[in-house]
Amino acid sequence: MINREIILEQITIIFRDTLDDKNIVLEENTVAHDIPEWDSLNHIQLVVAIEKEFKIRFTALEIQTWENIGGIIDSLLSKSSLKI
Amino acid sequence: MKNFNELKKNLKKDLSGHKKINIAILGDTSTQILHTVIKATCIEEGFDATIYETDFDQIEIQAYNKTSGLYASNPDYIVLFFATQKLQKKFYKTEKSDRKNFSLNTLNQIRSITDTLHSEISPHIIIFNFPEINDQIYGSFGSKYDASFLFQLRKLNHLLSEKCLNSSHLHICDLSTLQNQLGRMQTFHSSTYVNADMVFSLEMFTAIAKSTLDIINSLQGKIKKCIIIDLDNTIWGGIIGDDGIENIQIGGLGIGKAFTDFQRWLKELQLRGIILAVCSKNNETTAKDPFLNHPDMVLKINDISVFVANWENKASNIRNIQKILNVGFDSIVFLDDNPYERNMVRENIQGITVPELPEDPADYLEYLYSLNLFETTGISEEDGERTKQYQTEALRFEYQKIFINEDDFIKNLEMKSRIENINAFNVPRAAQLSQRSNQFNLRTLRYAEHDLIAMIDNVDFHPFCFYLEDKFGDHGLISLVILKSNVNNSLFIESWMMSCRVLKRGMENFILNVLIEYANSINCSKLVGEFIPTQKNEIVKDHYLNLGFQEKDKLWFLDTNDYIAKQTQIQKT
Repeated sequence: MINREIILEQITIIFRDTLDDKNIVLEENTVAHDIPEWDSLNHIQLVVAIEKEFKIRFTALEIQTWENIGGIIDSLLSKSSLKI
Repeated sequence: MKNFNELKKNLKKDLSGHKKINIAILGDTSTQILHTVIKATCIEEGFDATIYETDFDQIEIQAYNKTSGLYASNPDYIVLFFATQKLQKKFYKTEKSDRKNFSLNTLNQIRSITDTLHSEISPHIIIFNFPEINDQIYGSFGSKYDASFLFQLRKLNHLLSEKCLNSSHLHICDLSTLQNQLGRMQTFHSSTYVNADMVFSLEMFTAIAKSTLDIINSLQGKIKKCIIIDLDNTIWGGIIGDDGIENIQIGGLGIGKAFTDFQRWLKELQLRGIILAVCSKNNETTAKDPFLNHPDMVLKINDISVFVANWENKASNIRNIQKILNVGFDSIVFLDDNPYERNMVRENIQGITVPELPEDPADYLEYLYSLNLFETTGISEEDGERTKQYQTEALRFEYQKIFINEDDFIKNLEMKSRIENINAFNVPRAAQLSQRSNQFNLRTLRYAEHDLIAMIDNVDFHPFCFYLEDKFGDHGLISLVILKSNVNNSLFIESWMMSCRVLKRGMENFILNVLIEYANSINCSKLVGEFIPTQKNEIVKDHYLNLGFQEKDKLWFLDTNDYIAKQTQIQKT
């Protein structure tokens, strides 16, 4: 479980930086609707930024299946090359 | 270079003082990201762009409908963006028997669009060419098989270049080169393509926007004209003062190959018309020795317009070089291997470009290629002569010291001026002068070649090209004045610009004499001038006042009837 928390923290930093909003707080069940700046254009930026930070690539299908932040964390944890 | 994220933060900036431009983006895929990144890059470059974006795949509908939003947006620049992926789909739908003609047919479609746009509003059109996708249907054979997608794609890129060859309003943003530099892995992410229809990665879009702005900047007259180079460990390996001429690394010695290649590149730029100057901490004779005596030096002493080698600080030396060359600091690039010198110059000279050269000299070239510093809108035959002109300028500079007063100096220059209308031979240089002149330029209108050619047959326009030569050499076409017929038998001075190489020669007096004589010959009794201030043309703020014009409502008037010809040391030929 500790890994998920560390990842959540790192993703939060990426969201704050990319969306230029220091007050963003993410939880596992946060969805795009909860964060006003999280639109489709920013979504692409977020995906690219997360890929860069964790040095992985998401598959096209993975990106589509995310229902909330927890989904992103699931995808990250499924990457065998992931190092935290 | 800033990344997408950093650039996007520009969008929140205050844009007062930014120059306003209108851009229209026409694409056959989603252009939302391109829109964002071009807008943000414009801000980075000092522009406040109003961007008109069509729904995607509306290119033809917008172009052929003269009442469309595209025309209403009155664009200065139109960006035409066809995606290779779309092209590929179209190709696959093409009958096999027609595939050999695919590139030509596509070109004709593009041509019909650009011709329509041009005939209606005459903006500059920036066409993105096609980054290659090799579908490998035919393997390597596809390269020599004219019905393969790869073959037709490459041919189309070439046809596009040919189509733009003699059109000064058409420009190619070279996406193919960008993809070569970054690599397909960096420019394309299949996951975002599938999910968001993004035909490029964010990184590629950022590079495309930079490249587009490079073109716009050059059309706005923001171009590099001069490179100032350091010597030791910049254009040869080692330190000439310590190692001696036989031990510096150039040619076969040590990593000399890297420096030789680098010099070849500088030499090519010099042949293209970029001025080279040297600024080095050295004794002058020691520093010049390799240029005169080393067999492997590509750059020779004659390639250098101004050679400064001493122990003064580089910022003040560069200021001196700038004074002799009379170009803006923002058109100068300074190349030095030493981070300390680079910072010193960067901090003390505003506007100068100082690339962070990589530590390994073997990397210099690839790094400099990636910066694309030397964008230009055209070339003219005089470009290759430029070095010589500036060398003679340095000679004049020396000669001037002999004379105590400037008038004596001017008298002894034996200046002669030739005047021409616009014609097919001088139009490239005249257009270039209008792109390059920022200081001595009363209204700072930029002309493309086709703008000037259109004046030849227009009775309302009266263009004058002035050439100047003196005992030291030929300056070539140095001034462009365009008069326009105006109400009440007057002539409006639509443009008056001059190369700063020939400042303080009394050329203004000579030109005004010519203009008045012309005005009288066509029975015009008044000249009307206007000064439009920019950040750079302060030197001509009192131009019309000094020439005896009278001001009224921000315009300047001069009667031709009671004009007394001004004194000049320039002879008309």
